[in-house]
Amino acid sequence: MSPVVAVLDYGFGNVRSAVRALEHVGAKALLSSDYDTCLNADGLIIPGVGAFDACMKGINQVRGGPLVDARLVANRPVLGICVGMQILFDQGIEHGVSAKGLGQWPGVVTPLEAPVVPHMGWNTVTPPNESVLFAGVETESFYFVHSYAVHDWVMTDTDPFQNPPLITWSEYGTPFVAAVENGPLSAVQFHPEKSDMAGLALINNWIQALA
Amino acid sequence: MTLAARVIACLDVDAGRVVKGVNFVDLVDAGDPIELAAAYGKAGIDELVFLDITASSSDRETTLELVRRSADQVFIPVTVGGGIRSVEDIDALLRAGADKVSINTAAISRPELLREAAQRFGSQCIVLSLDARREEGQPSGFGVTTHGGRKSSGLDAVQWAKQAADFGVGEILLNSMDADGTKSGFDLELIRAVRVAVGIPIIASGGAGSAADFGEAIEAGAQAVLAASIFHFGEITVAEVKNAMAMREIPVRTSTKLVS
Repeated sequence: MSPVVAVLDYGFGNVRSAVRALEHVGAKALLSSDYDTCLNADGLIIPGVGAFDACMKGINQVRGGPLVDARLVANRPVLGICVGMQILFDQGIEHGVSAKGLGQWPGVVTPLEAPVVPHMGWNTVTPPNESVLFAGVETESFYFVHSYAVHDWVMTDTDPFQNPPLITWSEYGTPFVAAVENGPLSAVQFHPEKSDMAGLALINNWIQALA
Repeated sequence: MTLAARVIACLDVDAGRVVKGVNFVDLVDAGDPIELAAAYGKAGIDELVFLDITASSSDRETTLELVRRSADQVFIPVTVGGGIRSVEDIDALLRAGADKVSINTAAISRPELLREAAQRFGSQCIVLSLDARREEGQPSGFGVTTHGGRKSSGLDAVQWAKQAADFGVGEILLNSMDADGTKSGFDLELIRAVRVAVGIPIIASGGAGSAADFGEAIEAGAQAVLAASIFHFGEITVAEVKNAMAMREIPVRTSTKLVS
């Protein structure tokens, strides 16, 4: 049976690409803003492009916060992509304006510090050995396009009954968090759906781990 | 970890068909943009641009269908340009599956379109396409042209690039109308002039004639290089371009060994 993956449709993100990439690796993809559909799918993808606060308004309109909470309590996998990753953190600061995120992880999304921004194009990452997402594609490049990132991973008090979070770093000007794998909650700052065969392999790794 | 310089191929599309000559082997239909896009993908291209040169607006649906099909089969970033006049046009293309749109003439007529588009869809998907040519009397020495370089808009190219960046565009597709078609190399003076004025990525376009030309454009300050006919005619391969850049110690994405 192909796993069913819901792509959260809240008005942001290149959802068509995410759906097609999922189908390409053999998942049954549903584009949905319906709470129950998104809650009950085997996997949930939170896409996202654009401004942090605008995305959060969209997320709140579809009750994205309670949805993610409910899935994680039930140990159901969630994957955030790009701004869909950023909004999982406590807070985003763009153009000096602070917006509250979903607070699944401590940390603040802040502007990239580099001579040329956005960070647009293919970059490599440094996944930890235990990474499931990057298995087989550790040395590949992935497609990034963003002007903000999490520069400090500050989570210290991890659940003693769960494996510690796996942090994958990349660097543009300064190091930033490129991916997090934390129990059922994972996220990537780049666009796996636009990262050619390496991205499809990563999505496939995530699909294979779905219940 | 270093950001790779991007190598981009541009496909001119008229009513859903690629119009410039194409010399890829083993193509069933060399005029089919999707088959060509997939071939470029296999060849290691980092990004694709579809430039819609369709004259009539009635063929817009054909373009949208092309973008939809491309999103179904091509898993690298795709930019669509040509004839985009409004926020509604952009919305339709992004919904069809384009990752970015490039805006040219409509922004010259109404610069506010850039600001509106960046605010609504995010800077990351709005590209300013700028056709520049040397022009006496402009402060930078470069003017902005329209109609494929035949008419002057009266704008200074560097000032226009800066204004577009201030309005929130995420990238500039910088076409040198002086170098275009000459195969004598990219317009390095133009790239340098725009580089010092803006802090957003620049895609250098126009003039590529040899594999060595591409690295020069990157060293002049571009983040990406774009070519059309020399790729289409098979004069230079994507791999040759990347090898030549790697020889100059410019980071490139090496062709993935993975297969679908």
